[in-house]
Amino acid sequence: MAVTTDWQKSAYIAAQAADARVNVELETEGMTLNLGPQHPATHGTLRIVVRLDGEQVVWAEPICGYMHRGYEKLCEVRTYPQVTTLINRIDWLGHFANEVPFILAAEQLMGIEAPPRAQWIRTIFFEMARIANVSLFLGDMGIQLGAITPVFYAFRDREYVLNLMEAATGGRFHPNFDRIGGLKEDLPRGWVDECHGVMTRVISFCQEMEDLLMGNEIFQTRTRGIGVIPAAVGLEYGLSGANIRASGVDWDLRRDQDSPLAWKHCDWKVWTHPDGDSYARYWVRLQETREAARIIVQLLDGLPSGPIQAKVPRIIKVPPGEAWCHTENPLGEMGFYLVSKGGRGPFRVKIRSASFNNISIVPWLLRGVYVPDVITILASLYFILGDIDR
Amino acid sequence: MTRLSSAPEEPVGGPTGEVAAPAGGAQPERDRLRQQMLDVLRRRLGDAVVGSEIAGGDMWVRVERRAWRRLAEVCRDELHMDYFCFLSGIDWMVNPAMSGEKVWEPEGGGVVMEGDEGDAPAPTGIQTGVGGGDSRFQVFARLYSVTGKIGLTLKVDVDESDPRLDSWVSVYRGADWHERETWEMYGFDFEGHPRLRHIYLPGEFEGHPLRKDFPLLSREVKPWPGLVDVEPMPGEEAGAEDATAGAGAAG
Amino acid sequence: MPLILGVDLSAYWATTLLKVLVVLGLIPAGAIILGYVFLLKMMSHMQSRLGPMEAGPHGSLQLVADGLKFIQKEDIFPERSDRFVFAAAPIVVLLSTFLLYIVIPAGPRLIVEDLDTGIFFALAVSSLSVLGILMAGWASANKYSLIGALRAAGQLIAYELPLILAVVGVVIQAGTMSLQGIVMAQAEGEIFGVGIIGNPFIFTQLIGFMLFLVAAQAELTQAPFDMPVAESELVAGFMTEYTGFRFLFFFMGEFGTAFAFSAIGATLFLGGWYVPGVEGTLADVLGPLVLGAKIMAVAFFIFWFRFSYPRLREDQLQAFAWKLLIPLALVNIAVTGVLKVAF
Repeated sequence: MAVTTDWQKSAYIAAQAADARVNVELETEGMTLNLGPQHPATHGTLRIVVRLDGEQVVWAEPICGYMHRGYEKLCEVRTYPQVTTLINRIDWLGHFANEVPFILAAEQLMGIEAPPRAQWIRTIFFEMARIANVSLFLGDMGIQLGAITPVFYAFRDREYVLNLMEAATGGRFHPNFDRIGGLKEDLPRGWVDECHGVMTRVISFCQEMEDLLMGNEIFQTRTRGIGVIPAAVGLEYGLSGANIRASGVDWDLRRDQDSPLAWKHCDWKVWTHPDGDSYARYWVRLQETREAARIIVQLLDGLPSGPIQAKVPRIIKVPPGEAWCHTENPLGEMGFYLVSKGGRGPFRVKIRSASFNNISIVPWLLRGVYVPDVITILASLYFILGDIDR
Repeated sequence: MTRLSSAPEEPVGGPTGEVAAPAGGAQPERDRLRQQMLDVLRRRLGDAVVGSEIAGGDMWVRVERRAWRRLAEVCRDELHMDYFCFLSGIDWMVNPAMSGEKVWEPEGGGVVMEGDEGDAPAPTGIQTGVGGGDSRFQVFARLYSVTGKIGLTLKVDVDESDPRLDSWVSVYRGADWHERETWEMYGFDFEGHPRLRHIYLPGEFEGHPLRKDFPLLSREVKPWPGLVDVEPMPGEEAGAEDATAGAGAAG
Repeated sequence: MPLILGVDLSAYWATTLLKVLVVLGLIPAGAIILGYVFLLKMMSHMQSRLGPMEAGPHGSLQLVADGLKFIQKEDIFPERSDRFVFAAAPIVVLLSTFLLYIVIPAGPRLIVEDLDTGIFFALAVSSLSVLGILMAGWASANKYSLIGALRAAGQLIAYELPLILAVVGVVIQAGTMSLQGIVMAQAEGEIFGVGIIGNPFIFTQLIGFMLFLVAAQAELTQAPFDMPVAESELVAGFMTEYTGFRFLFFFMGEFGTAFAFSAIGATLFLGGWYVPGVEGTLADVLGPLVLGAKIMAVAFFIFWFRFSYPRLREDQLQAFAWKLLIPLALVNIAVTGVLKVAF
């Protein structure tokens, strides 16, 4: 493992010591502890079986599937417009962001492209979904560490974002707003001004979180050097998004691929952190929320006028072919591998959701840590159960 | 952004062929890079590379089963594909009851399949996709290079009667869960996988849900009511219509 | 000889009865007041929400309603629990809370028993609750409970020491262990010759006061030291299996102890019931009110920490106690001793 920073070094030494203890000490009867599926720390129904030596984890295994809904199968018996209803519910906090890669994949196969205004509004909603998703993480991380106040601030300010979503799409949780070739509707009147105000709130919320939680010594003691993921290991497990950027990998699909969405028109920055620990993951996500607000403000200022829907056939049939489209979703890389046979519904949809890969590193990551750190690490990896179980 | 758009009139199963104008001027250079990658793979794996495709800003490579793990190693070590994206399977059998087209016919409301998995209806045809294919089942995976910002899709045929395949876990640790998922959803056996156990389904689950001949029971009990919406209007050809209306009706 | 309704209140049985009734009423009242003011209202407003608003004016009867709800609930014993120990544990915890109130003075004569070793007694009985917590954790036959109980034991033992050492400074300065005596010492003291407000020990024993607050926080198992009940890890720690009125006992014990510790802190460092210039019977009337106000001030700090801070890890907590608090407390004692001799 490449040791680059002091925090990594200390974590590495601690892990070595833990390994040595686990291996050398006399064989005692370990205790198997079930975290979940009904446990306050696992938002959703993830179950983690940990084998403990004292309070130290010897072995851990996440067990998922309690919420498996078989979306890949269900997608095969629906039409393309109906599929968006399903995929809204994969990462239910990043609702709109789920729709985009699927719609883009279908648009690719059909060879159509949405008009610029639609792309800009898509990008705005995409980033709002990011704020709605990640701001909850910013508060939730606090509650997993025992600080109960941040989560209420997160819910308070997230509410403004959701209200905006509701005003434009009619849905707070499942907007179902993206259409092949454009959007369902244009923005309502006065929405842009309202959104400016909300983004100011979001930025001040980030500052609040930084003051209340990130600057706290206890928070730093609990997260620094805890759950260190070296970049190479993280990539091998397919970690993406803020999780891998916190390990120092400078990779953001919003910037690194040629996307029809409007990120390329904005001035923003991809944040990385060299440490790869829980603190770094929190830090990167906090910066990303700020950047998302910045992106939205810039997009609102330069919103082009024009239609929001391209000409598409009334009955949508996607030409045969295969397309892979992935975007940088709030939780990480989300991709759809779409196989069409020319029908009205997809032949096969492979949903590559971020949390499934992000959480698959858990058995590797949890060896040798203490029970309280299990919670910290899981919270900092940030998964949504719907995104794991699909 | 990978961009693939094939002409609708082209036969299914062939290479998806002509590519829409790639966005961004750097696309030809990227395609040259992809060609170099493909050359490396051909050099290392020889005739085990049985199909390939570079189109629309993306690339597909299909190999024989024996070269599956070697392919991953070459990709990791020589092409610097450090990021494991996903691995999954695909069943190319067209099952009229499952493909959806059948149930969309007006009279086809309650399509009931004959028998279940053991007594599957005769496949109406197996038409494989990009990169070709010789068998009903394929496993496909995607790798990406974070440094080179380039990815590729890898495919391998899986024998229907003997669905065995080398595991990738020793090459990419992240393949663990994906292979478990593919194992339970398709019934492919990954040799060398440390513990092939159920990941989503309960332990006593029988059958492989993502195979095309696995019945989706809720569809058999009741036809999908939402399908009524996409029926063409009487005396109307599916085609150039006002887009918003189409989207609205579909939603 | 005070006579009320023809009963001689100085008779032994009468005073005893009175005291028992006061203490029995005081603990739930204290728990409810703290719970309402801080847990329900202060926390809610700090978190930009309203909190309960329906039961009673501004939700003030919410905890009464909750208490009634708890009493109505089914009394569940886990199947493999040790029934006797399981049932006894909450009582032991509550008992330690009750015993604390014996030595806290609320006025010149308003004290249940003015022991010569008052503060010693208070700190000793407060550690009794560890026993109850261990019993609860063991008897529940639940892994979360067991881990929680063992954490609690380790934590309470570790923090008993800084708590006692923090108090020693006050004891040295006052020259007595009786809480009444400590109040009088503060009342009669003077700051650089100015005796108007006496000499609350918070000025001379500021370090001791801070140590006391931190250690009391740990004794009360409140955030940032709430690992024994860490709800995101251990569900509810040693309380996981408790429902109904047994859970209510724990709840009352928790807030009752918080009230008692606030009272001890107010007595030791803020001058207790003493009001400058007020003596005799008037002090007996005003004393409880003054003490109450000071208790609320101390409790405010305790709960403010609780709502703001994340939780430490068990090993970090131990390191904090042994490597920082205890040396600091020892230094404080040494300095106090030297100054005591010097002045």
